[in-house]
Amino acid sequence: MQINFSHQQSAHCENGVTVNLLNYSGLKLTEPLVFGMGSGLFFIYIPFLKVNNAPAFSYRTMPGLIFKRTCSRLGIKVIRKKFRSESEAQRILDDCLKNNQPVGCQVGVYYLTYFPKEYRFHFNAHNLVVYGKTDDRYLISDPVMEDTTSLTEFELNRVRFAKGPLAPKGQLYYPQIDAIVSDEKIVDAIKRGIKQNIRDMLYIPGPIAGVSGIKYVAKKILKWHDSLGVKTTGLYLAQLVRMQEEIGTGGGGFRYIYAAFLQQAHAYIKNDSIIKISEQFTKAGDMWRDSAIQSAGIFKGRLTDRADFVNMHDRLMQIAEVEKDALTKLSKIKL
Amino acid sequence: MNKKDIPQDHSALVSYIKELCYAVGEDGQYTTANSTGWDVKTNALNLAWQDIEQRIITAYRQVKNHEVSPILYYMELRLMDISILSAYTGFWKWTIKRHLKPAVFARLDNKALSKYALVFEITIEDLKTEKFNADKF
Repeated sequence: MQINFSHQQSAHCENGVTVNLLNYSGLKLTEPLVFGMGSGLFFIYIPFLKVNNAPAFSYRTMPGLIFKRTCSRLGIKVIRKKFRSESEAQRILDDCLKNNQPVGCQVGVYYLTYFPKEYRFHFNAHNLVVYGKTDDRYLISDPVMEDTTSLTEFELNRVRFAKGPLAPKGQLYYPQIDAIVSDEKIVDAIKRGIKQNIRDMLYIPGPIAGVSGIKYVAKKILKWHDSLGVKTTGLYLAQLVRMQEEIGTGGGGFRYIYAAFLQQAHAYIKNDSIIKISEQFTKAGDMWRDSAIQSAGIFKGRLTDRADFVNMHDRLMQIAEVEKDALTKLSKIKL
Repeated sequence: MNKKDIPQDHSALVSYIKELCYAVGEDGQYTTANSTGWDVKTNALNLAWQDIEQRIITAYRQVKNHEVSPILYYMELRLMDISILSAYTGFWKWTIKRHLKPAVFARLDNKALSKYALVFEITIEDLKTEKFNADKF
């Protein structure tokens, strides 16, 4: 059985799954629109969560939220199921496919056979769409891949039941569209997405998240340098760069996707200052990428002076200011 | 970033995926383009792998010196930590920590060993005899 499903490559897996599933249901959305409606832009530093012996950073919102928010803001019902047993998980998946319903699955990447070995860590919040089954192979649309692929029953079950932090527990989900989604609904979803993103980035309590989180990390870089040394700080900065640029971000720590979102939102919200603000996010993305080059100098051992770390601190402080300014201007627009 | 500035450096991804990037086209509008990679982030990824390799080598030496059981070596080799290993084997974390002691490990029965062997995708013999290639490093 095979569903007539159109696979479109995207930068980020969750955006891609959302776009592809919704487009299958008759909507015509783009990755940036979905990212913006789901208030995907974020920054957080999580010191107590260690990934490969360095603290975790994220430039986007929590896994699962983009799909959830986008659907709820468009008034679309989401069916989501988790499972205890593998056989039950497989049975429900097969039922969905029989009913011509492509299904989003959360999976771990460590055992994902078609992924390059260099990227196969124990990371469990990857998303893909299962859109069909031949004799013993499931047809897979993984949004970060250029083309569709396939997995055996064993392989799919194994990645659906990967263990460890954020274990997927066989989780599957799909949108259930009862009524046609009107243009007004889309405009409304865009506005609500923007509003929440402003709130998340500017006013979230605590020092580790949003714009203040960027400044917090800036100051931390100097503290790490003084207490942990050049090598460990370099390792931490490498982690910062990876989370910012690795496959899935579209470059510049999702800032470019957000700039693209604002540009596309302009078609729905007729206010020309949105274009200017979009350019500011492009600038923020460029600055993030320049800071990554500086980081690379440090973790490659080329730059070792304290002044180089101060330079990094200054860069992050400037980025925080640019983003703060852009978001403040965005909040002044009457939505 | 302008579309023409999207880096096309060589990376591990090349033979698998050309990833999608967002950039500004000549008309000022956002567009997407595929990229083969960017040296800056390839370096960051390589650094993470160097760190992992270092941990595997250290674990290997510790096993050779009978300071820890071979479980540590295979755990590092499979990029796991104790909590991930605990989730896969079903052993409590403190149980695994006990199993890391060579003396306790030597007394493990085949049932316990086979659980580890299954998760590490090796045979019980591999786990027991520490028959890793000594020249590997």
